[in-house]
Amino acid sequence: MFDLSLVAARDALAAKKFSARELTTAYLGAIEKLNPDINAYITTLPEAALAQADAADISLAKGEAGPLCGIPLAIKDLFCTKGVRTTAGSKILSPFIPPYESTVTANLLRDGAIFLGKANMDEFAMGSSNMTSAYGCVTNPWTRRGDNRPLVPGGSSGGSAAAVAARMALGATATDTGGSIRQPAAFCGIVGIKPTYGRCSRWGVVAFASSLDQAGPVARTVEDAAVLLGSMAGFDPKDSTSADIAVPDFAAACKRGVKGLRIGVPREYRLDGMPPEIDALWRQGLDWLREAGAEIVDVSLPHTKYGLATYYIVAPAEASSNLARYDGVRFGARTPGRDLTELYENTRADGFGAEVQRRILIGTYVLSAGYYDAYYLRAQKVRALMLRDFTEAFETVDALLTPATPSAAFGQGEKMDDPITMYLNDIFTVPVNMAGLPAMSVPAGLDAQGLPLGLQIIGRPFDEETVFAVGAAIERAAGFSTLPNLRAGA
Amino acid sequence: MSLDPATVRRIARLSRLRIDDTQVAQMQGDLNGILSWIEQLNEVNVDGVAPLTGAAMMAMRLRDDVVTDGNLQEAVLSNAPDREGPFYAVPKVVE
Repeated sequence: MFDLSLVAARDALAAKKFSARELTTAYLGAIEKLNPDINAYITTLPEAALAQADAADISLAKGEAGPLCGIPLAIKDLFCTKGVRTTAGSKILSPFIPPYESTVTANLLRDGAIFLGKANMDEFAMGSSNMTSAYGCVTNPWTRRGDNRPLVPGGSSGGSAAAVAARMALGATATDTGGSIRQPAAFCGIVGIKPTYGRCSRWGVVAFASSLDQAGPVARTVEDAAVLLGSMAGFDPKDSTSADIAVPDFAAACKRGVKGLRIGVPREYRLDGMPPEIDALWRQGLDWLREAGAEIVDVSLPHTKYGLATYYIVAPAEASSNLARYDGVRFGARTPGRDLTELYENTRADGFGAEVQRRILIGTYVLSAGYYDAYYLRAQKVRALMLRDFTEAFETVDALLTPATPSAAFGQGEKMDDPITMYLNDIFTVPVNMAGLPAMSVPAGLDAQGLPLGLQIIGRPFDEETVFAVGAAIERAAGFSTLPNLRAGA
Repeated sequence: MSLDPATVRRIARLSRLRIDDTQVAQMQGDLNGILSWIEQLNEVNVDGVAPLTGAAMMAMRLRDDVVTDGNLQEAVLSNAPDREGPFYAVPKVVE
């Protein structure tokens, strides 16, 4: 049962090979067995999930099944879920039980999905390792060949990616502000897509950097991701940046092929000191696409190298503003003080972890009087140049192919010495967020130590269909079938 | 641009984050590392470039100024740290 993809499990449910209750029970068993080691879930929902499964079985029997009827999913703990604690990986939200459902999760429930629990994540989605969660780090289900030391699953959607890779869920929701879907997907050997900014509603998703945040799925296959995104996406009047654009049939796009497509190779993504396997995999990916009928074109994105520095002004600035709401007064955790200022300061010092505090301080500084023009305004101008780079490239190509990450998964506790070393993880993913484009990470090979590596496909705004077409072509050519040691059914 | 300890304390105050004396040096080092790395943006020519504020490539929508939701008293109060009958009770925040 654990070998089935989401789409295959849906077919099996429709064919009555097993019931939604049996499927959900199996996944709950996997969580019970594996979560003590992997810590992919902050909260599990066994009773609610079984009740949802019974309702799904009734719908299936009546022939009224929605597109995700009976499919057990993990929900990143950044999505508000009605009546279920939502922490954003932070201590400050430990008492928070939302009285409402985020639009994305409401869409999934409408389509019959079952929620197994809330997935662990870096605190407020700030991190690339899942080491910043207030609820403990997540362990990657993969290990290096002949080396059992625990690795990070990437972040911030590390719990979501680890849950899917270890078969503790058939798919998961995730969010991506600078790479938080694509990097953990690459580290865990699964598929993740960040759609175009505006494709999925941000309503009910705990905010990090509002001009960059975007929800998307992580899944075992490209087609699974297409089915999940089709359910999650759609116009929502409750989000002022939600795009009033029809949601196409993403799953159909997976079957299109790449014949006649022009695929760009941005030369600035070739870094000095990049592991040779990553460069080799990138060339291999281009060969696969060429063999499938695509034309490969060299392009230039000259401002790529400024992406991270721009991001580390824009994202902390927006975060310092968004996180001002956590003041200990109206909701969330509170630490008392002698006066109001001390209550604020104590609450926030106790409630936020070190990385979140660093980013609030940076954001406050770059927005403060006298520094706004030098930092924030300049960053917004460089951001405009980055968007222009992509716009010009897409005049001659239909999609771009790049590595997803500059390395495979690293060890827990590594890259912790200074913040910038950790930030460099997102070097290939951040520019996409700055420009609001859709991009997917698809597993394509292994490094010398047996760890998965991903390739990234970047598309034009609201052209996720081409991204799915290219991603599916790479998936078919790569035939990536290696599985992590730590998984259900092993 | 390098932050001194007094500036670190001032930013922490603006951020409403308690910062202990023992943390100032560590925070100063971290912030200065990040800020000096960010300085690389100074080499980009941004003359005449309009700032990009967001990734949503569309104009903001307008809607009618009407009530669309409401009568959710218990839901609103469900996360209140304290309540007095139907009222949301918080520490005194207005002097």
